[in-house]
Amino acid sequence: MARINSLQDLSKRKEKGMASLFPSKTKVMVGEATCGIATGAGLVYNALAEEIEKQKLDIILSKTGCIGMCYREPLVDVIEPKRPRVTYSNLTPKKVPEFLKQVIEGNIKGKKPYCRIDEDVLIINRETERYCNGELSDDLKAVPRISDIDFYKKQVKIATRNCGYIDPANIDEYIARGGYFSLQKVLSSMQPEEIIEEVIQSGLRGRGGGGFPTGYKWQSCRRAPEEIKYVICNGDEGDPGAYMDRSVMEGDPHSVIEGMIIGAYAIGAHEGYIFVRDEYPLAVDALSLGISQARECGLLGKNILNSGFDFDMKIGKGAGAFVCGESTALMASLEGRAGEPRAKYIHTVEHGLWNRPSNLNNVETWANIPVIIARGAEWFSTIGMEKNAGTKVFSLVGNIRNVGLIEVPMGITLREIISDIGGGIPKGKEFKALQTGGPSGGCIPKEMLDLPVNFDELSKAGSMMGSGGMIVMDETSCMVDVARYFLGFLESESCGKCVPCREGVRRMRGILDDICEGRGREGDVGLLESMSQAIIDGSLCALGGTAPNPVLSTIKSFRDEYDAHIREKRCPAGVCEELI
Amino acid sequence: MVNVTIDNKKIQAEEGSTILQAARNNGIEIPTLCHHDELTASGACRLCSVEIKKGERTRIVTSCIYQVEEGLTVNTDSERVIHVRGLVLQLLMARCPASEVIRELADKMGVKPQARFKPDEDKGKCVLCRQCVEVCEEVVGVSAIGFSYRGADKSVGPPFAEPSSVCIGCGACAYVCPTGHIEMKESESGDERIIWGKTFEMAACNECARYFAPQEQLEYISMKTGVPLDKLYTCVDCR
Repeated sequence: MARINSLQDLSKRKEKGMASLFPSKTKVMVGEATCGIATGAGLVYNALAEEIEKQKLDIILSKTGCIGMCYREPLVDVIEPKRPRVTYSNLTPKKVPEFLKQVIEGNIKGKKPYCRIDEDVLIINRETERYCNGELSDDLKAVPRISDIDFYKKQVKIATRNCGYIDPANIDEYIARGGYFSLQKVLSSMQPEEIIEEVIQSGLRGRGGGGFPTGYKWQSCRRAPEEIKYVICNGDEGDPGAYMDRSVMEGDPHSVIEGMIIGAYAIGAHEGYIFVRDEYPLAVDALSLGISQARECGLLGKNILNSGFDFDMKIGKGAGAFVCGESTALMASLEGRAGEPRAKYIHTVEHGLWNRPSNLNNVETWANIPVIIARGAEWFSTIGMEKNAGTKVFSLVGNIRNVGLIEVPMGITLREIISDIGGGIPKGKEFKALQTGGPSGGCIPKEMLDLPVNFDELSKAGSMMGSGGMIVMDETSCMVDVARYFLGFLESESCGKCVPCREGVRRMRGILDDICEGRGREGDVGLLESMSQAIIDGSLCALGGTAPNPVLSTIKSFRDEYDAHIREKRCPAGVCEELI
Repeated sequence: MVNVTIDNKKIQAEEGSTILQAARNNGIEIPTLCHHDELTASGACRLCSVEIKKGERTRIVTSCIYQVEEGLTVNTDSERVIHVRGLVLQLLMARCPASEVIRELADKMGVKPQARFKPDEDKGKCVLCRQCVEVCEEVVGVSAIGFSYRGADKSVGPPFAEPSSVCIGCGACAYVCPTGHIEMKESESGDERIIWGKTFEMAACNECARYFAPQEQLEYISMKTGVPLDKLYTCVDCR
């Protein structure tokens, strides 16, 4: 791969990428993120490859990431010159020969497409990528536009802008959609302080859950006196039901890499690490390939884009401990030590990895950076709401019709997410609670569904934004059992360093076991609340400090269920077997 | 020097010192289990929690790690602090029902066992204070013991719970153990010592013939200090 040294070189690569995104012949693209593969996309891809080979078809077969419509996977897109891109859903290997026949004949008479994309306005540079330039046939007109589908209507895609559009293994396709132009811009025309100011002004807050203003974090790290500094990407997503970061890493690794290079330049770092859990093999592969491509292209390494700036990065793999998503534990793990957090009275931006100033942001935060640089802080700050600018990616899972990956502007209400985007609760069941913020988040009842989604409101509601897991629960969920499940998870994921978390969480889980199994006693709820307060106050890190949230939030909103379990030995939802 | 107020007492403390040091230097008692002046503070036991006030905001911090700052106000026995310490002691009593040290500490602070916590039977007296692991690494310098597993299953010992090839049998771990969990046994004649499942041959003093240190410890000291091994066969009393 040739080195990219200038804007002209980059533009040439863009043309190459465009030719790959919009080839002069038919292209069939399979959504092969982990979610797609789980529903058989890999088998569909193999069947397509086999059939194309057998019939010697002049068709390009390609892979892409998760476009978000996980509820319809496996997804296969057909891109033909001068026709809209059409998306077929729920394809199986058996249906492949017939499907290909239809593609060759150029009709949609057999299998009906789920949706179509006529044109795509790139969020990063407002350029319009047109899939079709002609009159649509009547049958195609009948296929809804992706932008008209309820699932899509209210979404704004910044961090996930390329997922489902590009082949993550093809750096030119990333460049074609505006990639690495922001890096070129900062290296050729912006001072580090200007970049930091831009990120501060944008109002971007850390998407890993803490919501700390990203620009101020960068500024502290830049100002830290030591010469050697690090930028780190936290890709250790471990919340049950959450896969936002995985999808970005798998579907658009260069967005993270570009964000990190820009951050490194702004902060004054020359080394970076992406910490990814080893249970995300596709993400590790996509990032490894992305890094080596970027290096070959001179976008990593010495003298990036001929600017004199040097920066390179490595992948650190986590062994699957949930606590390693905590920044100090993550850094300990990167250093080769056990993943245990330490007190953060001294901030990691001053003393982090190997005791040097280290700036850690999560995957989604980094992926936002190139767009902020390209469009400017002012534009970014108009998306979302005051003090909560931009979008947030959520994985919408559980008892919901449209299970999938969504990116919505901050301030959207939970009701809009569940009813409009999610399509409501299936099987005529009643909505009961929405669990947000990962295992140490909380359960939000239906009375609070009109809350605008942002860092502050969700915390006030006794839950938290977390990294973006959203688990919808219907009337068949027992809230005591839910609290017990999450406490059990946290108990097994506690590193065991400090007493309140190691001992306290398991004792709380023990009491919840008793309640679910008919041994609950009067006063247990009070005891749980009292223990919660001491654990929140006394724990060393945020894992313990937020661990009681599932219990506190369910007690707050579903106290009657606790009382029914304890006093009447009855589980209203009919979940706790011992009480049926 | 910085000015801090601890329990309404105005104190001047050295910059960079911890709240715990400042308090103890001024006769204010804060309980600890995992703290040792010579070892890195880990903040594991949380007994030394105190409530600090900066501006209008108060929060709980561990005094063994948190460094004094100009104008800091500290409350070492607020309701919140007592609540945290009370739970910590109840949890440790349930973990280590055999530990006299924990029971005495709880008695002293008026903390009663929590009947809802079923006492553990498999943890011995180990509260996972980390001092043994730290002394072995930071003071002795051999790292013979460390942690295995995580959460409630976390335990201390040599790797794979097998006799360690690097342990020198010095017993520093047993010495710092606040609860007496770590057992170090000597044979009746004193010629052998057993710790962490490894048996050490003891060296006898050239002067008084008393067994005084494991052979491997003397070899280690000789290697570290360059003092010839034969010079080390004199016990402290005879030197």
